[in-house]
Amino acid sequence: MSEQKLRQQKMESQTVQTTGHAWDGDLQEFNNPLPAWWVYTFYATVVFAIVYWTIYPSWPWGKGWIGGVSDITYVNSAGETKTHSWNTRALLLEDLNQAAVAQKPYFDKVSGMSYAQIAKDPEMNGFILSSGKALFADNCAACHQAGGQGVVGFFPNLTDDDWLYGGSYDKIHETLTGGRRAFMPAFSEVLGGEQIDQLANYVARLSGIGHDAAKATAGDALFHSETAACYYCHGSDAKGRKEIGAPNLTDKIWLWANVPTTQGEEGKVAAIRGVIANGLNKGVMPAWAGRLTPEQIKVLSVYVHELGGGQ
Amino acid sequence: MQTGLEDQLGLYQKRIPIFTRSVKGRFRRFKTSVLVLAYAIYFLLPWLPWTRLDAPAQAVLFDVPGRRFLIFGLTIYPQDVIWLALLLFIAAILLFFVTGLVGRAFCGYFCFQTLWTDFFIWIEYKIQGERPARVRLYRQPWDREKIIKIASTHALWVLASFWTGISFVAYFTYAPQLVTDFFTGQAAAAAYITVGILTLSTYAAAGLMREQICTYVCPYGRFQSVMYEPETLAVHYDARRGEGASGRAVVRAGRGIVVERRRAGASAEAEVAAERRQTNMSAGQRALAERHAKGFGDCVDCGLCVQVCPVGIDIRDGLQYKCISCGLCIDACNTIMDSFGFPRGLIRYDSEQNLAAEKPARPKVQWKRLKTIGYGVALILMSAYLVYSISTRGSFDRAVNQIRQPLYVVLSGGDIRNRYQIRITNKAAQDQVYVISARGIPDAALDLGNFREITIKPGHSGLVQASVRLPPALAMQTKGFELVITPQGKPAEARVETVRFDSPSQRP
Repeated sequence: MSEQKLRQQKMESQTVQTTGHAWDGDLQEFNNPLPAWWVYTFYATVVFAIVYWTIYPSWPWGKGWIGGVSDITYVNSAGETKTHSWNTRALLLEDLNQAAVAQKPYFDKVSGMSYAQIAKDPEMNGFILSSGKALFADNCAACHQAGGQGVVGFFPNLTDDDWLYGGSYDKIHETLTGGRRAFMPAFSEVLGGEQIDQLANYVARLSGIGHDAAKATAGDALFHSETAACYYCHGSDAKGRKEIGAPNLTDKIWLWANVPTTQGEEGKVAAIRGVIANGLNKGVMPAWAGRLTPEQIKVLSVYVHELGGGQ
Repeated sequence: MQTGLEDQLGLYQKRIPIFTRSVKGRFRRFKTSVLVLAYAIYFLLPWLPWTRLDAPAQAVLFDVPGRRFLIFGLTIYPQDVIWLALLLFIAAILLFFVTGLVGRAFCGYFCFQTLWTDFFIWIEYKIQGERPARVRLYRQPWDREKIIKIASTHALWVLASFWTGISFVAYFTYAPQLVTDFFTGQAAAAAYITVGILTLSTYAAAGLMREQICTYVCPYGRFQSVMYEPETLAVHYDARRGEGASGRAVVRAGRGIVVERRRAGASAEAEVAAERRQTNMSAGQRALAERHAKGFGDCVDCGLCVQVCPVGIDIRDGLQYKCISCGLCIDACNTIMDSFGFPRGLIRYDSEQNLAAEKPARPKVQWKRLKTIGYGVALILMSAYLVYSISTRGSFDRAVNQIRQPLYVVLSGGDIRNRYQIRITNKAAQDQVYVISARGIPDAALDLGNFREITIKPGHSGLVQASVRLPPALAMQTKGFELVITPQGKPAEARVETVRFDSPSQRP
C-alpha cells in the first residue's frame, strides 16, 4: 500500500460520522460520542455514589436524614456508650477518647510519682515538656505569655528566680490549685506627695538604681515608721513576705512598676512613685482546682517549675 | 453534505493495536539484559536476608510504622530526609545529563513502563506466536482457539501484575510473613489495597495501555524532548542514504540483488560474468551500485522497522515525540542490511548535526558542551556529597534550640539567664548515654537540671532543658558559646553545636 493511500485511509477512518438524519434537505448532525473509557468512568462514579449513599449518611429525610448502614460507637461527654449512624463528630469524640486513653498511663504515672522522681526520669521529663506545653498554652499563656515571661505591670514572669508566693513544687501547686489574690493600698490617701517621693527614692536605692540620696534616707525612715508602715508587709529588710505575696523590693526584678524599660532615673523613680501612690488590686490568679484535673495541675506544677525558676 | 464536513476529524484517537515482531540484535540483547537484571533486583531483593538485632532479618525494609528505612547496614530516620532530596536531585540531573548525550535512553531501556510492557509482549509472543500469527488471531472470530489464547495471555498478565504488587509491598514488611499472611487473609488492609491497586495498574499500563502511557500520560517523555540538542545522539533514519534521489524502493529485478539470478539464464549471462570479473564487488555492493545508478536509495522498504516498533511509528518519518528510543528498529534494519549485503547503519544512533553534515563522520558521543559539562559537574558534586554525608553520618542527631520567649531573663541578683532545649536522637542500634558539656563559658554556668547525662533508647529522642546563667559583666562580653554532646565511651563521635547567648544590651 502506498503511503498516500494509507494516509487517505487513515483520514477516512477518522472522519466524523453523521447521525444519518437529514433535515431541510441538507442539515445533518455530527455523531461525536464520548470515548468509551469516559462513559464507563462516569457510570462507575454513579455506582460509587449509590454505594456511598448506602453506607454513609446522605439524603435529608423528614426531620432527620438517611443514616446509612454503617454506624459508629462512641463514648459521649457524659461517659455513656452510644451507637449512632456514622458521622465525623462522633469520630472526633472517639479519636479524643483514644488520645486520652493513650495519655492515661502517663498521667497515672505522674500522680503516683513524687516531684523529685518525675524530675529525674528522662521519659517522664519528656512527657511533662510536651503535655505541659500544651496545657500551659491552653490555660496559662493568655496571661503569662507563651514562654511564661509574663507582662510587666500585669502578669508575673515565671521564668526568673523571684517568686511572690514561693517557687517550690508544693508552693507552685498551691498557687495553681487555690489561686492568689494580691493587694496593696493606695498611699496617696495617707501620705503627702513629698513623702511618697521619698519612699520611691528609697525603693530605688534598695534595687541599686539612681536616686536622690537625701530623699532616700528620709524614705528609709518613713518605710520603717508607723506612718507609712511599709515594713508590715514588705518586711523590715524589704525582702518581702512570701506568705502574703508581698514582693522583695531589693532585687533587680520588677513586676508592677515598669522600671526596666523606662528611660532615665527620674522616670524610673516616677514609675515606683505611681505604684506607691495608687496601690494595686489586680494581682489576681484564678483557682484551677475545679477546671483542671489533679494530674494536669501536677504536670503544670512541674512544667512551671522547669520554666527556669523552680526552687 | 455540508461543506467542510470532510475536514472534521474525530477528537478521540482510537488506539490502533500494535503487534510487534520480535527481532535479534545488539539493542535487543541489551534490553533483555537490563530487563533480567532489573527484575532480578526488584523481585528478589525483598527476600534477601540480613541479620539485625532490633528488626526483621530483611536486607531492604522500609519500616513505615517504625519510622525508619533499613537498607542493608544503613538505618535511615526521618531526620535524614536530606538524603532523599539529594537522591531525587541526582536522579533528575542524571536524566538531564543522559538525555543531552544519548536522547531518551531512560525511556528505551530502563523505564519500568518499557520493561513491564516488554515482558508482557514477551508473554503474548510466547502464547500467541509471532506477529503474523497474532494479527491473524486478532482478526479471526471468537472461536475456541482465540478464547483460550487470549484468556491465557491475560491470565498470565494478571499473575505477573499480582506478583509485581506483592513484591512492592514486600519492601514494607517482612516478606515471608507477608506472603503467608496475605494468602491466609491475615495481612493488613493496606497490603490488600496496595496489592490490588498495583495489580490493576500494572495490568492496565503494561497489558492494555502500553505505548499510550508514553504518548499521552507520561510527562517525562515530553520534557526530555526539549533537552535534545543538535549534538545529541538519537535513533535516526539516514534519509539521504535511504531515499536517494528517487526515494526508497522494494527489491525487484533491476533494483536489487535478485537481478543477478534473473539475468543469469538469459543471453546476457556472459555479459554479467564479465562484469563480475571486471569489478571485484560483492553481490550486495553490486546491487547497491545498480540501485544508486537508477537513483534509488538504500532503503528496501521492507517495513520491518515499523513492525518491530513498540510504539507503532515509522522512524523513517524522522525523529518524533512518540519514539522512546529503544533501538529495536536499528536491530531490525541491520538484520535486513546484512541479509542483502548492504552496509549497516541505515537506521542508527546519530546526531542531527552529523546527519546534516556534508560528509557524515562516524557517530560518537559528544560531551564537550557547556550544558552537558554543567550537568556532569552537578551530578558528580551531588553524588560525592551524598556519599560523604552517608559515610560520615553520626550515631546520633542533635538539635539545640534557644528558647526565644523570653530571649533572656534578668534574675534577682542581676545575672542574665538564657535557656536552651536540646533534643538528641539515638540512631545507633543500642541504648546510649550522652554527656552534655559547654565550652566558652564557666563550667558552673551551665545548668542541665538532672540530666548532665541522659540515656536514650535506639530510634528514640530525648529532650534536655539547659539553662546558662552569667553575671552581668560576663554576659555583656559573651555573644555565644559551644555545647558539646558526647556519646559516653565514644569521644570521637562528639559533636559541637554553637549557640547564641543574649543579654539586654545586645537587644537590637
